[in-house]
Amino acid sequence: MTKIKSLFISLLLTLGVSTAIAGSHGSTHDLVKDRGKLMCGSNTGLAGFGAPNDAGVWEGIDVDVCRAVAAAVFGDASKVEYVPTTSKVRFTVLQSGEIDMLSRNTTWTLSRDVDLGLEFVGVNYYDGQGFMVSKDLGVSSAMELDGASVCIQVGTTTEMNLADFFKANGMSYESVPVETNSEADAAYLAGRCDIYTTDASGLYASRAGYPDPSAHVVLPEIISKEPLGPAVRHGDSEWADIVRWSLNAMIIGEELGINSGNVDEMKGSNNPEVLRLLGVDAGYGAMLGLSDDWAYNILSQVGNYSESFEKHIGPNTPINIQRGLNALYKDGGILYAPPFR
Amino acid sequence: MQTSLIRKIIFDEKSRSLLVQTLVIGLFALFIYLIAQQTAYNLEKRGISSGFDFLNISAGYDISIRLIPFTSEDTHLRAYFVGLLNTLMIAVCGCILATILGFLVGIIRLSSNWLFRNIAYVYVEFTRNVPVLLQIILYYSILLNLPKIKQAFPIFNTFYLSNRGLFSPSPIFKEGFSIVFYSLIIAIIFTIFLKRFLKSKQEQTGNQYPIFFINSAIIIFTPILFYYIMGSPLEFDHPVLKGFNFKGGMVIRPEFLGMLFGLSIYTAAFISETVRSGIISVSKGQREASQSLGLKSSFIMRLIIIPQALRVIIPPLTSQYLNLTKNSSLGIAIGYADLVHGFGGISLNQTGRAIEIMLIVMLTYLSISLIISLSMNIYNKSVQFKGNA
Ligand SMILES: N[C@@H](CCC(=O)N[C@@H](CS)C(=O)NCC(=O)O)C(=O)O
Repeated sequence: MTKIKSLFISLLLTLGVSTAIAGSHGSTHDLVKDRGKLMCGSNTGLAGFGAPNDAGVWEGIDVDVCRAVAAAVFGDASKVEYVPTTSKVRFTVLQSGEIDMLSRNTTWTLSRDVDLGLEFVGVNYYDGQGFMVSKDLGVSSAMELDGASVCIQVGTTTEMNLADFFKANGMSYESVPVETNSEADAAYLAGRCDIYTTDASGLYASRAGYPDPSAHVVLPEIISKEPLGPAVRHGDSEWADIVRWSLNAMIIGEELGINSGNVDEMKGSNNPEVLRLLGVDAGYGAMLGLSDDWAYNILSQVGNYSESFEKHIGPNTPINIQRGLNALYKDGGILYAPPFR
Repeated sequence: MQTSLIRKIIFDEKSRSLLVQTLVIGLFALFIYLIAQQTAYNLEKRGISSGFDFLNISAGYDISIRLIPFTSEDTHLRAYFVGLLNTLMIAVCGCILATILGFLVGIIRLSSNWLFRNIAYVYVEFTRNVPVLLQIILYYSILLNLPKIKQAFPIFNTFYLSNRGLFSPSPIFKEGFSIVFYSLIIAIIFTIFLKRFLKSKQEQTGNQYPIFFINSAIIIFTPILFYYIMGSPLEFDHPVLKGFNFKGGMVIRPEFLGMLFGLSIYTAAFISETVRSGIISVSKGQREASQSLGLKSSFIMRLIIIPQALRVIIPPLTSQYLNLTKNSSLGIAIGYADLVHGFGGISLNQTGRAIEIMLIVMLTYLSISLIISLSMNIYNKSVQFKGNA
């Protein structure tokens, strides 16, 4: 009889487990609120974009997007746990639910957006792929790279652009695949490869950390479009909206001249859009399921886009990147957020 | 009639357990089915594509370490085969090297020389107790510290060693080389028969023949003879430093060498222990008896001890081969393009078919493991007591 009994038990268990698996996935926003912190997928370490500083605190312009979302949801930008992801596993980590959003210099492409079940909510850095070589090789153009060994991070758009570029120009190369940026740096500096290729921003960030940055040049050719931006899982539009508008709030903040220093003052502004953004005119928070001061919290705790840029990667940092394409549309760039109304 | 059938099922031990087993298997199948369905549903809901059609789209990335031609326009399926062959290559080379090293160290550990014995002991204890991943990374870092490509270290002006690998001439087979190759095969087959013949002669007459020397000579000199008869149909393509890299010849990459050293040096430590215990397991009397028969000590090892020890050694050796093969998936740590690295990683990243790809990769490893076990079992049977003494 015990056998039959155990049989029934296993039957029940089977049904139980399968219904548990079938159970619906709650909304990410609720999940994050219940957990009390945001799980944000970051780099394994790329200075200026996402890396822990000397005190172990994560910093960078990608990290600031995570912080903005935490500020919007909790009113506290520090309520974030960063999960380092390699370029190869980042989408799997997002899909498995281990993180709520991915903010890690990830290029928005059709297949990622559509086929991988992701949703890109915007662009926080317009980039393109470049090549870095050591100066003493005497190379001045990417067209002279035939036969070179190239360090390349696996699972990136840059890996595929590289293949296309060499093929299109009838050149050959040896690909030296690496998992992370630091492995790439090590292999490149050891001379395992002649060239390191990735997003130009990544090259500048890497180079800034080399023993002698001036010994390396980034070649003039930019071979691709790399719009980098935060992504969430497909199918949860409410959550996507929150992340999208957290980023937009930073950009609009810059447009309107609101920064972490003057945000309180600006509450007394007579520009209606400023008043809507800062929640003085109520109602916009509720549309997103947030409190009315969500954007105020972002701008006071994280700052606007320009503050974030200047602090982490701008001309006054070792990484020394000009705004270029990433300037506001009215300053000659292409950074542009939809209107806040 | 009906009640008696039910009765029989419930009270008859045999039919009841049959029923229970069928039900359990059925439920298990149902369970798997439900999971599969639910997964498919969830994937669809999240907008993740699924299915195996991705195998036929082009991979888009290049693989430099490969045994068959591959370009970025080839399919993910071909990338799978490139990775599979790389996995098999490291597994086969690793197992061979680990076995040779393991047997040597195992025998040295039993030697009477204090210094050798203890060096072997330290080696075994060190390598067994440090994670193999760290060892792989260690050897790879050492290899990366070899001279840079422009200062590649020449060996006899034919081979060049650098941190981009060992460059060596590659053979170019010209017309007529196949004859040389066939002559070698025929020579090998001939020596097998010769060995049998001489053995049986030895059993009849008691005369010993230097079989090993005769056969080695045949195997070495036959192809050489034919090589000259055919007018030296072999040339070499020498590597030359041109631009960024060596052109021509062939190369063994540091990623491969790092894996090879890491895996085989680690596994050899375990193999040496099984070899040692296998030798110890042969009773002392065997050695003493052969000594009193006046056998040379090298003969005692080869003819008396090792054949008996093999019976004890083979089963654990099999599991070491399995370990080595599975550990070869650590290739991702240093960029060795094995199955997990390319197909299981980059293809997965691009296509998002995590479940499909993992399933394929797991089934592949399972099949490789089963094939290894199977062949080792067959070999194991052949070295066991035949009982016809
Ligand atoms: N934008 C490209 C490349 C992204 C990427 O992985 N870049 C590297 C090099 S800049 C990186 O962020 N590495 C940091 C890390 O390994 O954590 C993509 O989305 O595929």
